[in-house]
Amino acid sequence: MANTALADPDAGLSQAQLAARHGLRVAGERPSLAEYTRRLWAYRHFIAAYSNAKLVASFSNARLGQLWQVLTPLTNAAVYYLIFGLVLKQNSIPNFIAYLTAGLFIFNFTQTAVQNGTQSITGNLGLIRALHFPRACLPLAVMLTQFQQLLASLVVLVGIVLVTGEPLTVEWLLLVPVVLLQALFNAGLTMAVARLGAKVADLKQVMPFLLRTWMYGSGVLYNVALFEENLPGWATRLVEANPMLVYIELARHALLEGAPLLNSSMPQLWAYAVGWAVVMGVGGFIYFWRGEQEYGRG
Amino acid sequence: MVEHIEASNDVTVTLPRITERIPTVVVDDAHVIYRVHKGASGGTSPVAALRRIASRASAPNIREVHAVKGVSFTAYRGEAVGLIGSNGSGKSTLLRAIAGLLPVNRGAVYTQGQPSLLGVNAALLNDLSGERNVTLGCLAMGMHPDDVQRLTPEIIEFSGINQRGDFASLPMRTYSSGMSARLRFSIAAAKKHDVLLIDEALATGDKGFRKRSEQRVRELRESAGTVFLVSHQLSSVRDTCERTIWLESGELRMDGPTDEVLRAYEDFSNGK
Repeated sequence: MANTALADPDAGLSQAQLAARHGLRVAGERPSLAEYTRRLWAYRHFIAAYSNAKLVASFSNARLGQLWQVLTPLTNAAVYYLIFGLVLKQNSIPNFIAYLTAGLFIFNFTQTAVQNGTQSITGNLGLIRALHFPRACLPLAVMLTQFQQLLASLVVLVGIVLVTGEPLTVEWLLLVPVVLLQALFNAGLTMAVARLGAKVADLKQVMPFLLRTWMYGSGVLYNVALFEENLPGWATRLVEANPMLVYIELARHALLEGAPLLNSSMPQLWAYAVGWAVVMGVGGFIYFWRGEQEYGRG
Repeated sequence: MVEHIEASNDVTVTLPRITERIPTVVVDDAHVIYRVHKGASGGTSPVAALRRIASRASAPNIREVHAVKGVSFTAYRGEAVGLIGSNGSGKSTLLRAIAGLLPVNRGAVYTQGQPSLLGVNAALLNDLSGERNVTLGCLAMGMHPDDVQRLTPEIIEFSGINQRGDFASLPMRTYSSGMSARLRFSIAAAKKHDVLLIDEALATGDKGFRKRSEQRVRELRESAGTVFLVSHQLSSVRDTCERTIWLESGELRMDGPTDEVLRAYEDFSNGK
């Protein structure tokens, strides 16, 4: 140690050499995918706390508070039932109200996650510019907030299904993997739209139209058999691969006895469900990670 | 040689008599050019915007600003560096480049660990209570939940927002601007940072808080971090920093002991 004070070993080094000698890193460098995943895992408490905080904040001004978590899906279901069940008299489907709410709640999970995910970067610029954390925390927190919302909706759904006289069977347990696979799918999708939304601010205006189109293509409000009756064969196959239709059909199959299905081959439905979850989950994560340095700049 | 460095790295934390200086921030000929939106000027009608999208032309109301022009310096562990200069001289831009929030267009910025920028503009969640914001802020800095729980009362105490009643449980949108700036500073100062960047934060808050925060900055320096302070308040630079860098129109004008640099700077601004 004696020689440390005598000679400065850093003398004569260029700035870059000096930085390399002391192991300094380039500021704002993007970590490797493995390192990024590790950091994200270390921030899991932040993701959970942030999604909880968002959920609380969204009801903080309402007098009924958290009760809206259950009231919103109920009112939604009531409105659609009024129009499609009572006014337009859908009678090709047994237990239409349960059929409708199952589709509505499952679709709403993805819809709201995507809508809020589009703004998860642009709406948090203050936080992003002030603190360093893996940015994927933000879209993931959006997804988690909506997941909690879905769980509240599912309680309502189970109530509706039981009240309308469906038997409680072992098949109900299949709802758990369906919802988890959808959550993985949504996580990837939310990250993907978060990056797109950060780049193109106009996406926020376009999103409602895309989502509405998607909803009509997922057989939420009417009998899925209509696709087969009105579309050519190849188009029906295409609709069958629609991830939202897949998750909705699986949920309906798990809960309802006589629900009409577009694709009655269960192995194929499950293959689609797992495939979409993995492809979108991993793809969305990688796509988001590649843009990590762009968020919050400019 | 390598072994020697690692050994000295370990002991410098506990034994201040080891004199080898360890760089924490190395800025090598950094140039920052950023694009600013000039706001509404000609050609902002929807039709013009559509035509631009169709022809893939960039918007006409964007101008490039060369904010930092080839700045080089090295900051060491345990140093507090003041950054001074007139408005628009590139101080805040340089700070953001060090924090890794703005890319350098030429040159490079190397840092040890992750520098944290602590500015008065840093917004937390305004709909949530101050206490919840403390928890979120600490978690966002990567703290463990147990530490967060332990530190939360201390942080609220330090910020002094409870001096006028129980404000910690009220949403942050009900705070005065001084109160929320104080809370933000307190959150960021709760963690030991390798490199802490403070942008005018000490200028906010009342006299009592300013005293406490200067004390805290001193403590942070002693815990082997490096502090950068951007301020127009020359007195706070004089009190906290022994080294000062003077930037003028994006160029490094002077770098040295605070007294010398401040004297030259004062002569310069008086002579203008």
